[in-house]
Amino acid sequence: MASTSDAKIQMSRTSGVARFFRRNATAYMFLTPWLLGFFVLTLYPMLYSFWLGFTNYDFTKPNSTEWIGLGNYVRMFGPLFGISQFTASNGEVMRADPYYLKSLTVTFNYVFAAVPLKLIFALAVAMLLNQRLRWVPFYRAVYYIPTLLGGSVAVAVLWRKLFERDGLVNSALSFLGFTNLPGWITNPKYALWTLILLSVWQFGSSMIIFLAGLKQIPEEYYEAASVDGANKVRQFFAITIPLLSPVILFNLVMQMIGAFQAFTQAYIIGGGSGGVLNSTLFYTLHLYIQGWTYHELGYASAMAWVLLAIIGALTALVFRTSDFWVSYGTGE
Amino acid sequence: MKTSTVVRHTLTHLFIIALGLLMIYPIVWMIVSSFKPNNMIFSDPGLIPKAVTLENYISGWRGYAGVSFGRFFLNSLILCAGAVAGNLIACTMAAYAFGRLKFVGRSFWFAVMMLTLMLPGHVTIVPQYILFNSFGWVGTFLPILVPKFLATDAFFVFLLVQFIRSLPKELDDAAIIDGCSQAGVFLRIIVPLATPALVTTALFTFLWTWDDFFNHLLYLTNPSIFSVSRALRTFVGDAGAVSNWGGALAMATLSMIPPFILFFALQKYFVEGIATTGIKG
Repeated sequence: MASTSDAKIQMSRTSGVARFFRRNATAYMFLTPWLLGFFVLTLYPMLYSFWLGFTNYDFTKPNSTEWIGLGNYVRMFGPLFGISQFTASNGEVMRADPYYLKSLTVTFNYVFAAVPLKLIFALAVAMLLNQRLRWVPFYRAVYYIPTLLGGSVAVAVLWRKLFERDGLVNSALSFLGFTNLPGWITNPKYALWTLILLSVWQFGSSMIIFLAGLKQIPEEYYEAASVDGANKVRQFFAITIPLLSPVILFNLVMQMIGAFQAFTQAYIIGGGSGGVLNSTLFYTLHLYIQGWTYHELGYASAMAWVLLAIIGALTALVFRTSDFWVSYGTGE
Repeated sequence: MKTSTVVRHTLTHLFIIALGLLMIYPIVWMIVSSFKPNNMIFSDPGLIPKAVTLENYISGWRGYAGVSFGRFFLNSLILCAGAVAGNLIACTMAAYAFGRLKFVGRSFWFAVMMLTLMLPGHVTIVPQYILFNSFGWVGTFLPILVPKFLATDAFFVFLLVQFIRSLPKELDDAAIIDGCSQAGVFLRIIVPLATPALVTTALFTFLWTWDDFFNHLLYLTNPSIFSVSRALRTFVGDAGAVSNWGGALAMATLSMIPPFILFFALQKYFVEGIATTGIKG
C-alpha cells in the first residue's frame, strides 16, 4: 500500500515539473512576438542610440564613424557657455549647433503654454457637459471631432490656410473691423501661437477623461456644500479640484509627454523647416532635420537622449510635486 | 421655478451648440471650400459658396508624380489593415500571457512593458532606421508593419491586459477541466470575450496609422508607396509653395472620411477606450 502511494506522489511530482515547464513554455510562446519586439526594436536600439550619441555617425559614411566623447553634447549646450567652436576627442574641429537652444526654447514655450491652456479648456468644457442635459453624448462627439482629425496632415494644411495673411481668420477679423492684420504663420511673433491654438483645439481626449472623472464625484458633496452656504466658486475649489486631482495629474503627464514630441503640425506649417526665424523649430523637428536632412544620425541620437532625460525629469518632478496637490481622497 | 429651469437649460444648450459650431467651423469651412473654384477660396470666408465645382477633386485626384490619389488611398488602407492585423495578433497574445498565464519572470516582464509605455519613440528611431535600412526595407511598408506584429504598441498590450484580467477566471478553469489547452482557452474563450477591447485596439490602430506622418516621412520614400498623409504633404511643398490649394483642401477633405465614419460607427468603443486607458486621440 505504502509503495503505491509513494509512486503516486512520485508521478504527480514529475507531472508537476512537466506541467511547470509546459506552462512556462506556453506562456513564453504567447510572449514571443512581444519579447522579440522588445529586444530587437526597443532595447537594442536604445543601447545602440546611446552609443551613437557619443560618435560622429554620418548616415552617408558610416564607415568613418569615430568616438567623439561628449562632442555632440557640447554641440548642443556649448553656446550656453559661449562656445561656438571646439575640438572633439578625435581631433575633429566641431561647430556648436546655433539652433539647438532655440529649438529647446521653442519647445518649452510650446509645452508650457499649450498643455495648461488645453487642460483648462478641456476641464471647462467637461464641466459644461457634466450636467443633466439631453444630447450630451452627441455634444461630446461633436467636441471630439477636432481631436479626431487634428493630428492629421490634412488639418495642418487647413491650419496654414486659416492663418495666412489672406486666410479665413484675417477675413473674419477684418469683417469685425480690425485692420493691419499680420500673416500669423509668417510672423515669428505669432507663429508659435497658431500651433499652441491648434493643440488647445484638440482638447477632446482630456475632456473625455475629465468627464469620466467628474461623473465619479458624488452629487451629495455639492448638495452638502451648498447647504453649508458654499457658492459655486468655492465648491469648485473645495470639491471639484481636489477630487479630480488624480485625473488632472494623469492628463497633465500624458499631455506633457505628448507635447514634447509634437512634430507633424510644425513640420507641415513650417513647410519642412522651423518656420520664419525658426520660430516653430520644435525639438523633434530639429532632430529630424539634423538626422535626415544632414544625415547626422549620431548627433540626432544624442538629441533624442536629451529629450528622454528632459521628459523623464519633468515627469518625475510633476509626480514629486503631486504629493502637495493631488489627493487620493479617503471619501470613497 | 419650472420655467426658469427650462430657460436655463435652453440657454445652456444654445451655448453648447454655439461653442460646438465654433469648434468645428474650420473643418466645415474646409469641406465647403473644397467645392469652391480655386480663385474664390481666398476671397470668400463664408460657408455658402457662390459657385460650386468639382474641379478641385478632379485636379487633386490626379495626385503627384504620375501617381493618383486612388493609389495613395489604397496604400493607406493596406498599411492600416496590416497594422490592425499585427496589433490584434501580437498585442492580444502578449496580453493573454501577462493577464492570465503564470510563468517565471511575469512581474519583471510586465514592469518592463509598462516602462516602454512611456518611452518617447525618438530614442529608438535612429537605430531602427539604420537597422531597417540595412535590411533594404526603406522604401517599403515593412518598417511600419513589422513592428506591429512584434507588439511594439505597449498601449494596446496594457489595454488588453486590463480587459482580460477583468474576465471571470472560472471560464478558463472550466475549459481546462473539459480538456481544452491554453491555446484553446485563448482562441475559444479569451478572444471572443475580449471583443470590445479588440475593437478599441483595432480602431485606434487604424486611426493612428492613418494619421501617422513621421514614420511615413521616414520610410515611404517614393510616390508609388506614399500614404495619404505623406502625399498631402507634397501639396504643401518646402517653404510652403502651394499652387493648388483647392486640390489640397479637396484631398484633405477626402482623407478625413475614413476616420470620421469609424468614429461615428464605433463611438462607444472610442469613449470607453479613452476613458479607461487615457489613450491620446
